[in-house]
Amino acid sequence: MKYILLMAAPKAGFETYRAWSEKDVKAHFAILQGINKELSESGEFVITEGLAWPDQAKVVRGRKDGAPMTDGVFPESKEFLAGYWIIDVESPERAYEIAARISEAPGPDGAALNMPIEVRQIMNGKRDEQP
Amino acid sequence: MIEGSLDTQSEYLLRELSPQVLGAVIRRFRDFAAAEDAVQEALLAAAMQWPLEGVPDNPRAWLIQVASRRMIDHVRSELSRRQRETDAAMQSEQSAPAADVAQETDHDDTLMLLFMCCHPALTPSSAIALTLRAVGGLTTVEIANAFLVPEATMAQRISRAKQSIKASGVPFRSPTNHERAQRLRAVLHVLYLIFNEGYISSVGPQLQRLELSREAIRLTRAVHSLLPHDGEVAGLLALMLLTDARRTARTGPDGELIPLTKQDRTLWDQKEISEGISLITSALSKGSIGEYQLQAAIAAVHDEAARAEDTDWPQILALYELLKRMSDNPMVMLNHAIAAAMVRGPFAGLDLLTALDADGRLAGHHRLDAVRAHLLELAGDRQAAMAHYQTAAGRTTSLPERNYLMTQAARLRESTTSPAGDDSTR
Repeated sequence: MKYILLMAAPKAGFETYRAWSEKDVKAHFAILQGINKELSESGEFVITEGLAWPDQAKVVRGRKDGAPMTDGVFPESKEFLAGYWIIDVESPERAYEIAARISEAPGPDGAALNMPIEVRQIMNGKRDEQP
Repeated sequence: MIEGSLDTQSEYLLRELSPQVLGAVIRRFRDFAAAEDAVQEALLAAAMQWPLEGVPDNPRAWLIQVASRRMIDHVRSELSRRQRETDAAMQSEQSAPAADVAQETDHDDTLMLLFMCCHPALTPSSAIALTLRAVGGLTTVEIANAFLVPEATMAQRISRAKQSIKASGVPFRSPTNHERAQRLRAVLHVLYLIFNEGYISSVGPQLQRLELSREAIRLTRAVHSLLPHDGEVAGLLALMLLTDARRTARTGPDGELIPLTKQDRTLWDQKEISEGISLITSALSKGSIGEYQLQAAIAAVHDEAARAEDTDWPQILALYELLKRMSDNPMVMLNHAIAAAMVRGPFAGLDLLTALDADGRLAGHHRLDAVRAHLLELAGDRQAAMAHYQTAAGRTTSLPERNYLMTQAARLRESTTSPAGDDSTR
């Protein structure tokens, strides 16, 4: 079963992100890379993507001229989507376990960030099994 | 299959030969995991070379030779690695393997490979992947595409499955008599899962998954030809054919599900139906009845009805009653409730659902809500039916199923007079 793990970061977190020390930034990425490598080796990895920072974002709604309504997601959101993983695992519990490890990735001074990770099952195209 | 330029006939030949070649290489080198890799490489080499150089006179021998060369390279590199690591004296014991390539054990090999690939130590997804590669002769890329995961992920899954088998210490031989029946059950279950993986709507990028149901039929056909007197093998093959026969009719032009009662039955594949019926009739006449045979018999009753209203529900109900005695599966109880409703009226079915609520194993399962919605609608309680369709829609993880259930709920909300339809979509 496939799950998407959505990493949401609070707006405040994003603003302090640029002030992290080199050591903290490196430690953070090393942990996430390690998780990706483990997921590959366990045969559970599907894809992961990081998203451009929210100050690059535009919010668009259906309008004739197609012009963005806002610059950035900040005016409307308290938190933003930082990135996501799609994994293919045997059970929901395994998806939660992976999400918890991502959540615990270190931030400033090596302290766990405990970011909220939203775990959502991905719908499949299967038919019902029973006649 | 592997390269676009390989013609269908050669592709089929390669897939047929794959388990035979693997069996021969395993017997020669006694290393399932490495032999499986070597055969995969030989299949890839064939797919590249045969279109240019023509299919060799003895394709089986060609594949065994190429795979064996890969194995010898593998053994040599293993040896030199060990030589570097350990005392050179140890190395002399690692003699070259004997070159006995038996011809007459091909058929046993296919079965033994299936027993290994469907080993109880493996998770279903690993067993499926390994079966498709080692017995089905599919490439890692093809299997990865079928399950919509990256090739590297599928390669790891297959490699880990082989490691698990190696760690379990299962030798490459048939299971003993007392474990045989149980192991064959595991094999049939994996084949059934492969069939169901492929048995989905033909929408978008998942179109290629239809190949999996054909592959499951091909493999089950192979097992049936090896064990022609096994009623459950025949039953599973019949069940697959009788279900696959309705494939084109099950999905509308936009990928929407069409329930059994609304399908255009002229689209059903009569060739598959008659083969399935003849298989199940002959299996049932032999006396040793099992679950797959009963499921196939039920599918056959549906397939024999020219119109939905001609369906022989009393016979289906009788078959579900037999099945209920053999199987503790709550899904069987659920389908039994539908059949009871069709014969004795919706309230009889709803009463059986109450028993299922108490059972608890289907608590929160969308299908319990979907069936209850359908029976409530038959009973004339549209409000409650709508609510249960909505609950079911929120619980299923299948997108076509959710769309179907939402459509049912919307239909009930908007209309107060339209006649009820059967919820069974297959």
